Amino acid sequence: VKALVWHGKQDVRYDSVPDPEIEDARDAIIKVTSCAICGSDLHLFHNMVPGMKPGDIMGHEMMGEVVDVGEAARGKLAVGDRIVVPFTIICGDCDQCKRGNFSVCERTNRNKDIGDKVFGHTTAGLFGYTHLTGGYPGGQAEFLRVPFADTTHVKIPDGISDEQALFLGDIFPTGWQAAIACDIEPTDTVVVWGCGPVGQMAIRSAILLGAERVVAIDRYPERLSMAAAAGAVTIDYTAQNVHETLNDLTDGKGPEKCIDAVGMEAHSPFTVEQAYDRVKTAMMMENDRPHVLREMIYTCRPGGILSVAGVYGGLVDKIPFGQLMNKGLTLRTGQTHVNRWTDDLLHRIEEGEIDPSFVITHTASLADGPELYRTFENKQDSCIKVVLKP
Amino acid sequence: MEPAMHADTPRKGSLTAADRAARALGWFSLALGAVELFAPGRLGRAVGLEGRETLLRGYGVREIGAGVAALSDTPAPAIWARAMGDLVDMATLAPAARRSQGAVYALVAVAAITLIDIAVASALTRQTARSAPPRDYSDRSGLRAA
Repeated sequence: VKALVWHGKQDVRYDSVPDPEIEDARDAIIKVTSCAICGSDLHLFHNMVPGMKPGDIMGHEMMGEVVDVGEAARGKLAVGDRIVVPFTIICGDCDQCKRGNFSVCERTNRNKDIGDKVFGHTTAGLFGYTHLTGGYPGGQAEFLRVPFADTTHVKIPDGISDEQALFLGDIFPTGWQAAIACDIEPTDTVVVWGCGPVGQMAIRSAILLGAERVVAIDRYPERLSMAAAAGAVTIDYTAQNVHETLNDLTDGKGPEKCIDAVGMEAHSPFTVEQAYDRVKTAMMMENDRPHVLREMIYTCRPGGILSVAGVYGGLVDKIPFGQLMNKGLTLRTGQTHVNRWTDDLLHRIEEGEIDPSFVITHTASLADGPELYRTFENKQDSCIKVVLKP
Repeated sequence: MEPAMHADTPRKGSLTAADRAARALGWFSLALGAVELFAPGRLGRAVGLEGRETLLRGYGVREIGAGVAALSDTPAPAIWARAMGDLVDMATLAPAARRSQGAVYALVAVAAITLIDIAVASALTRQTARSAPPRDYSDRSGLRAA
């Protein structure tokens, strides 16, 4: 079958790979009907996250039709079912899964020993996201093996299109959890750093959860226009001072709730800060460029909440932890617990409350994938979200 | 809302010839920088710059910095910086070329590499440029109208 395969930094190829097969009784095989390139795929594309090997299949946002089901999964899945596959592989049986903490499932990382060493305690297995999280082949492919398929799926009714459902597997619940983590109150100003796909979902989630005002920060006009379409106040950080503008909007007090939808590859408008992080990451003295974390801590109202949905890879430098502590800020973070939210979110899609397909700007064949990685990377052609059709 | 269809001819991989050239230039920078930094005496004698070891060490630091940056995911600025550095190198070598055959050879080599640097930097700049005007997505709310 064909798949998008990682060969090294900025080197993704449309290759032939072996057909996936049932390896365990809980497995299923799906024919992928739609998959997407995620912003966090770009971290792998840039080789910012350790643990990729040449030959790894990319992709963790995918859905499709079940074409084969292992014996133990047959009660829950049948050939012909349409499912979205969450990017987190979940067993459903461990203590964390029972608590709904699916992204830290204790059993699905088949490289648990590596996960334990790197993270202290392992997180869940992930599709197409390094050997630290199991080295599972990803879904930017014609077919995909879904391990623990009896629990790792979201069934999609026929009335919902692929484009409406696909983002239930990652970016919609990621933005939703980021907003939920803010404990939004009706008087809150919620600020979202980054208007990429996760940021767009976080903006709409904060609105649906009743924030008085949502402020969106980015530098690309097309992204800001999409944020404004939902009703957000926008800030172009290359033209406006973020801290001063947020103070102006909040009577000098700062926003109550801040969401980081950028993560490890942030750009700073301050040349010295940008150069500092660029040099340190290039010299392998720091993993991430944490400009947004620094700015959120500085800007947030004392007693406020910082919600980090953006992906970080490892060590960060010059985090003003004294400000965080003395201002009494609450920091919440984590990969989203997809299946904790999908029943509610699917219901909201069915009810017409939200149509996540608004974010799709580019649709193409899987063979176009390598080129669209570059388009997405360089924010060319006003690209915000790429959907691929294998 | 109608998603845009990307109609360009697909290519098999994402890595371009300019990317590969930038990486080769990056490794070349690191190697040259190491020689300039750690063997400035021998290099100086070979290219007619005897007694200018401190200057060559400085150039070595510059080359290593450019090499590291050229191996990053945004190599274009580093390759342009290399091209600027080439001009500095030529200005340094030109006076020595009147008395040293080694300096003449070095000058010709640097001139050739300058052309390569400019060609690669131009290609990288073109391939990462946001040439089209930004689209207006202000009709993409995604939320049910109130």
